[in-house]
Amino acid sequence: MKKDIILAGVGGQGILTIATILGHAALSRGWQLKQAEVHGMSQRGGDVQSHLRLSDSEIWSDLIPMGQADMIFSVEPMEALRYLPYLHSDGWIITNSTPFKNIPNYPPEEEVYNQIKAIKNHILFDADSIAVEIKARRSMNIVVLGAAIDKLGFSSQEIENSIKAIFARKGDTVVEANLRALKAGIDISS
Amino acid sequence: MEKLMLLGDEALAQGALDAGISGFYGYPGTPSTEIIEYVQKSRQAEAANVHRTWSSNEKTATEAAIGMSYAGKRTMVTMKHVGLNVAADPFMNSAMTGAHGGLLITVADDPSMHSSQNEQDSRYYGHFAMMPVLEPSNQQECYDMAFYGFELSEKYHIPVLIRLTTRLSHSRSGVQRRDPLAQNALQKPDDLFQFMLLPAIARKKYKNLIKMQADFEQESLNSPFNSFSLQASDTSKGIITTGLAYNYLREVFGHDPIPYPVLKICQYPLPMEQIHSMYDKCDSLYIFEEGMPIVEEMIKGANFKGTKPIHGRLDGTLQRDGELNPNIVAKALELSDTYGKDIPEIVTGRPPALCVGCPHADSYLALNEAVKEYGRGHVFSDIGCYTLGFMPPYNAINSCVDMGASITMAKGAADSGLFPAIAVIGDSTFTHSGLTGLMDCLYDNSNVVIVILDNSTTGMTGGQDYTAFGKLEEICLGLGVEKEHIRTFVPFKKNFEEAVQIYKEEIAYEGVSVVIPKRECVQTLKRKHKMEA
Repeated sequence: MKKDIILAGVGGQGILTIATILGHAALSRGWQLKQAEVHGMSQRGGDVQSHLRLSDSEIWSDLIPMGQADMIFSVEPMEALRYLPYLHSDGWIITNSTPFKNIPNYPPEEEVYNQIKAIKNHILFDADSIAVEIKARRSMNIVVLGAAIDKLGFSSQEIENSIKAIFARKGDTVVEANLRALKAGIDISS
Repeated sequence: MEKLMLLGDEALAQGALDAGISGFYGYPGTPSTEIIEYVQKSRQAEAANVHRTWSSNEKTATEAAIGMSYAGKRTMVTMKHVGLNVAADPFMNSAMTGAHGGLLITVADDPSMHSSQNEQDSRYYGHFAMMPVLEPSNQQECYDMAFYGFELSEKYHIPVLIRLTTRLSHSRSGVQRRDPLAQNALQKPDDLFQFMLLPAIARKKYKNLIKMQADFEQESLNSPFNSFSLQASDTSKGIITTGLAYNYLREVFGHDPIPYPVLKICQYPLPMEQIHSMYDKCDSLYIFEEGMPIVEEMIKGANFKGTKPIHGRLDGTLQRDGELNPNIVAKALELSDTYGKDIPEIVTGRPPALCVGCPHADSYLALNEAVKEYGRGHVFSDIGCYTLGFMPPYNAINSCVDMGASITMAKGAADSGLFPAIAVIGDSTFTHSGLTGLMDCLYDNSNVVIVILDNSTTGMTGGQDYTAFGKLEEICLGLGVEKEHIRTFVPFKKNFEEAVQIYKEEIAYEGVSVVIPKRECVQTLKRKHKMEA
């Protein structure tokens, strides 16, 4: 059993937090993981991605081979498309629809959405608005996570446990906000 | 012992801590920075009083590490690949002096130039210096190689180069710890000639270094990190991998056994005996290495009997530049390859950019206004976040070559008559390699304006402190810049007019001026607020 996930976004949008939560959940199962991150120059507002590999057997490569990712998990719609060469034909795109426009030539949003909708398995939704609605403005990434976990074969209980463990030191308010965000995301995908 | 989830950089740091290290030295540089950052956060390092503050540059760091080795203690110096150019002098000569306490020189290369100005391969330096090189293929090997490296270093009294690459430095996986070793006691070298490279002594030491090469090769043949098997069903190909290329090879065969003989190399000098026997047994060789084709070149230069094909980056079987991945390895071996869909054409590039609110932005907008009348092509810059001032909407700078080159290139251009000649350098970069260039300018009274962008941190690598922090004006004054030509302002939009005026006045002054726009990096400021909240 393996799950290869490309996490995508723009530097500073919190994709490494997602990797930490999923990694924690996988390790709690006794699985192995490899997680290649981007540090350095691209973190200054550039496109960033992380290759997260979870498996119940030995993982060799730190990078996911092209054409074999089970999921592109993105917190920004155009960034989701940047990693299409990695997606398996049966793989999922789960992405936030709110664009992050820090470049002058961002393409028309409708065209970006149409390209995402052209992928057989996709969930495209406005995670920012949901995060604001449920008063967890800074947990947009966790809302997207909620929409993704079922496709990754994780139960809500497993991810809740990991969120509690990882955010515990930030206090109950932060834990609660993230649990609300998770639930809101789960509701989207079900 | 417990299992930890660590980046390759962190695994090496934890390994060195557990292997009884007494001090780390280094200058930040992607992808090596996380080694010392990890140690700075480590309670174990604090309890054991391990040296872990940053040095001014890679050269001073390497020399300090050689000094710690002289005193009998285990030590490591860390840097990115281009940092080894700065440290090349002590590095090359450390192979001549040799080590006393275990000395590991860790260099993280950046193939594909994710965050660098070139993709030079540090294994050439290892070969050049005739030093053993260790190149881990995974996080566990990073950890284990710290122990092994110190052992090797102390056994032969030789520094050992540890070569990392971006994908391993910045990839996380499980690492099994071992029981920690104690630090070495303070002990002067038994041979007080050891670190004395007067020609008469150096000649003897060089002969000794040459003599040890056979021992180093024997160590590679027996290395626990290399593996070699000629037992295979198919000898049409023999495969040689270096470093993490081995993982890509295993990945493309999945759960199937690899039908060909495989030599996994993670320790150098090359185990030539094994390579010869592979060449004799197989019809062709395939060489997969992360980085430049040094192994391929050396094998092609070896004295083989026959003309069997040797495939790699040099004959185009693999791309000549950039990092490897599983797909590249699969294609080279003519295995079935997979690919998703092409990136839609509407997807545009998203290059890194100065952060919203970055002080450099205000410094550049004012500078652009001040030099507008001269046209573009007058601003030499340097290595750091502010290099992003090249991008629109700023288009403010015209060069980025190496640490410190802004000042000296501006000097050379000014000496040629270019006016104005302006250097833009960060505060940490100035500390690293700017002071000597400034002295050259002062010696000649060159007509330059040197802008030291003071954001009070080493920004690009994530916000590390630096040795000249808070002392820039005093340093410039002390070096001999005239007091009335050291100008400062706070780069905010509201101070735009003042900034333009200062730049213009100093451009008009014939001689050396230093302008210091000073405002803290928004990233480090944000982090401080978070910690206080």
